[in-house]
Amino acid sequence: MSQSDTLGSAAPNAPETGLETSLEVNNLSLHYGDKQALIDINLGIATKKVTAFIGPSGCGKSTLLRCFNRMNDLIDDVTITGSINFQGYDIHDTRVDVADLRRKIGMVFQRPNPFPKSIYENVAYGLRIQGEKSKAIIDERVEWALKSAALWDEVKDRLKDTALGLSGGQQQRLVIARAIAIKPTVLLLDEPASALDPISTLKIEELIHQLKDDYTIAIVTHNMQQAARVSDYTAFLYIGEMVEFGETDTIFRNPKSKQTEDYITGRYG
Amino acid sequence: MHKHISEQYDNDLQAIRDLLMEMGGLVETQVNDACTALVNHDVELAEQVREVESRLNQFEVELDDQCVSIIAKRQPTAGDLRTVVSVMKVITDLERIGDEADRIAKMAIDLLDADILSDHYSGFKGIHSGVIKMLKRALDAFARLDVESALRVIEDDHDIDTAYKKLVRNCIQQMETNPENVEDYISLIWASRALERIGDHAKNISEYVIYQVKGQDVRHTSSLEN
Repeated sequence: MSQSDTLGSAAPNAPETGLETSLEVNNLSLHYGDKQALIDINLGIATKKVTAFIGPSGCGKSTLLRCFNRMNDLIDDVTITGSINFQGYDIHDTRVDVADLRRKIGMVFQRPNPFPKSIYENVAYGLRIQGEKSKAIIDERVEWALKSAALWDEVKDRLKDTALGLSGGQQQRLVIARAIAIKPTVLLLDEPASALDPISTLKIEELIHQLKDDYTIAIVTHNMQQAARVSDYTAFLYIGEMVEFGETDTIFRNPKSKQTEDYITGRYG
Repeated sequence: MHKHISEQYDNDLQAIRDLLMEMGGLVETQVNDACTALVNHDVELAEQVREVESRLNQFEVELDDQCVSIIAKRQPTAGDLRTVVSVMKVITDLERIGDEADRIAKMAIDLLDADILSDHYSGFKGIHSGVIKMLKRALDAFARLDVESALRVIEDDHDIDTAYKKLVRNCIQQMETNPENVEDYISLIWASRALERIGDHAKNISEYVIYQVKGQDVRHTSSLEN
């Protein structure tokens, strides 16, 4: 029986958006030792929409994103309370296989981190780990993933070349191709364009726009205009608390909270 | 409201508000002078209004340019965005009020030798004082971000519409009894119509005050939530 069968598929509706959600965060708090980094967070990540997390450095937005596929498990002295429901289960449930969770909830980091392998092997890696042996299937999936990541036309004639020879923007799209090659449900993007030039940034943003047809996307960004451009929903975090969560259009045109307004308009808080 | 981290941004936003108020002050003077010229048969004053009109066009171009520059450089959001959008909208209303004042000045020149009953001038004067009050209050509301005052301006617009309709009825009666004065009365109706339009523009300015403060678009509804 596959893990997806054991996890079930019912996703409850989030009260905040009224839409179907892929992830539902309930009363989530997180401590690094004595220091509380997240304070009683509640929100739903809408299915096949882009949800952006914004806030000043240290507000907890990356910590929150890393909770979604249990990346914080890798850090010592972290205590998490509350729940994150995904496909009918709390992801902290003992029945959840973390490796399988991370297969379904893929992550892309700030700096592109291709493996020191060929372009082809980078994308094929996840499938090989899963035990896929058929060259035809892997070929097909590599092409599909590179096309989905808007990179195919640029690399199709040099798939055997090392991935480290690609530009930063191409490497980041390669990493996204690698993440989607194993067909996750959710993509977590942690400042995916912060190390890229403006043109590469726009390509990543365009890619995010296309990917949301098939994936639920959560993105952390320091670039507020980027959040405004790419996301459907925006959450503003400040010192571990979620100050405001709503439709991106509302947050950027007429936020309810003065703290949100001060942050997005660049005022002293 | 806190200051921006970039002080220059605060200065840029303040500059467009200040320049808009300056333009508003000039527009108000233009409307007053045009109406005074009409009632007092003052040809010099009427011609002065017509000359000053071009300065309003310069204000419009200068303000539009500054607003576009802020959008390009700062990508304003939330309250800042609403401020810039409101200023750009109000510029257009002020420029059109200037056009209406120019029209009244033109009618003032046409009516220099008119034979119009003082009763009808008093109707015009009544509309003039009501409209000037609306315009002052709308500009004041914009400067102070005062929603209460803005709502009063919107209410007052009904009274102007009523007074204008009454004046038109009286003028038509007069034209029926004294057909030889038809042209004069048509000019007076045109001038009153211009005033009534100025009232509409003052109402628009007030609606942008509400948009700026509350983020609500009350155009075509004029009802405010909460």
